[in-house]
Amino acid sequence: MNAVLAVIRRDLLLAARKKSEVLTALFFFVIVTSLFPLGIGPEPVLLKKIAPGVLWVAALLATMLGLNRLFATDHVDGTLEQMVLSPTPLGLLVSGKIAAHWLLSGLPLVLLAPVLGLQFDLDGGALGVLIVALLLGTPLLSLIGAIGAALTLGLRGGGVLLSLLVLPLYVPALIFGAGAVEAHISGLGAGGHLSLLAALLALAVFFAPWATTAALRIALE
Amino acid sequence: MSNRIVNWFKFASPQSFYPLAGRMVPWFWALAAVFGIAGLWLSFFVAPTDAQQGEGYRIIFVHVPASWMSMFIYIVLACWAGLGLALNTRLSGMMASALAPTGALMAFLSLWTGAFWGKPMWGTWWVWDARLTSELILFFLYLGFIALQAAIDDPRRADKAGAVLALVGVVNVPIIYFSVKWWNTLHQGSSVSMTKAPAMAQTMLWGMLLMALCFWMYSIAVALMRVRAIILEREAHTEWVKELAEVKS
Repeated sequence: MNAVLAVIRRDLLLAARKKSEVLTALFFFVIVTSLFPLGIGPEPVLLKKIAPGVLWVAALLATMLGLNRLFATDHVDGTLEQMVLSPTPLGLLVSGKIAAHWLLSGLPLVLLAPVLGLQFDLDGGALGVLIVALLLGTPLLSLIGAIGAALTLGLRGGGVLLSLLVLPLYVPALIFGAGAVEAHISGLGAGGHLSLLAALLALAVFFAPWATTAALRIALE
Repeated sequence: MSNRIVNWFKFASPQSFYPLAGRMVPWFWALAAVFGIAGLWLSFFVAPTDAQQGEGYRIIFVHVPASWMSMFIYIVLACWAGLGLALNTRLSGMMASALAPTGALMAFLSLWTGAFWGKPMWGTWWVWDARLTSELILFFLYLGFIALQAAIDDPRRADKAGAVLALVGVVNVPIIYFSVKWWNTLHQGSSVSMTKAPAMAQTMLWGMLLMALCFWMYSIAVALMRVRAIILEREAHTEWVKELAEVKS
């Protein structure tokens, strides 16, 4: 457990030294969501209807931006090989890296989303559901994305390839995440969607670090 | 007992599988032709015109087998991938990469014929319904698998990375299917069911099953031909490949 915390602390420290990388993804999120009203038109009814989908798609894309760097820099400077060789199970260290990725790219999105939701005329209740859905969904995005990042480690054209691999796997998170907010707005209640999202998260927490570890070992052998 | 285990694994080596596949290919082509001719004859000349859908319904004789094969090939591909990871056999990875293009073709064919069917029946080329959307995502999964393998130069790493992706994908396919299903459903109910009597005429069912067998045999034949080409490519440095008549000439 100490090793996991050490990995998280190290990745956060590295990010704090290079703030621009984290901030770029956040501004990307803000800009993409702001572009939609400009493209579609300012009618509040329409904007309110598309808001959950727009915020979620923008969150997916913003998470993708940071995924490339999840293992790449560690791979280049040899840290990753030391992690593979260390007595601590690789799965734990990988979980630490995924947790750090979520703290850097997922959590800020969760905090920013309600502000952007106000632009789309979402009311208080819907914003609350949006926060809960993103809280459950963004770790899922980091976990699934880590598998793709490990598979494409060190490949040419890795970034585009990564999106091709990962985005289809993000579909359930998108459907249940955006669906939760839509169900709340239409008065159906978001409970079912949120439960399913939590179930997917539980599955991913168990299996994704394992698959990521397998993919990393293949990439490094 | 030990002899049987040795025999079981005999064809796991590319060297002994290559000639076996070569002998099997013509048979599967012949079966595909027989089933295809019988199926097409049944479905175009024998099967009655549908009361509601007219002649246009006949596209299901291609559409349904293609959809079945696209899903089934992904499962077979994932089985080969799992075998390859578990037993570290080279042939498993080659089989997986040989199956992927055929699977992608089937998924594409299913979407394409579905659009042709949808235009006269629903009045639109495309609807965002559960089965269409999950078929589209299955197509994306195939493309991702092919693209990942194409991006990796070392064939052994390509096989293993592809295998992990295929296994992750096969876990996700039912999740994607049900998530899309709950998201929106407009598609007509399944027309062939294992549990209750089919709602279509017997001849239509036979036509569809024969066409499915034809697609099945075609997929096996093409996959075997492709795996032979892959074996030749990857084993080009070995003596037994250099000794082959078709390589020498």
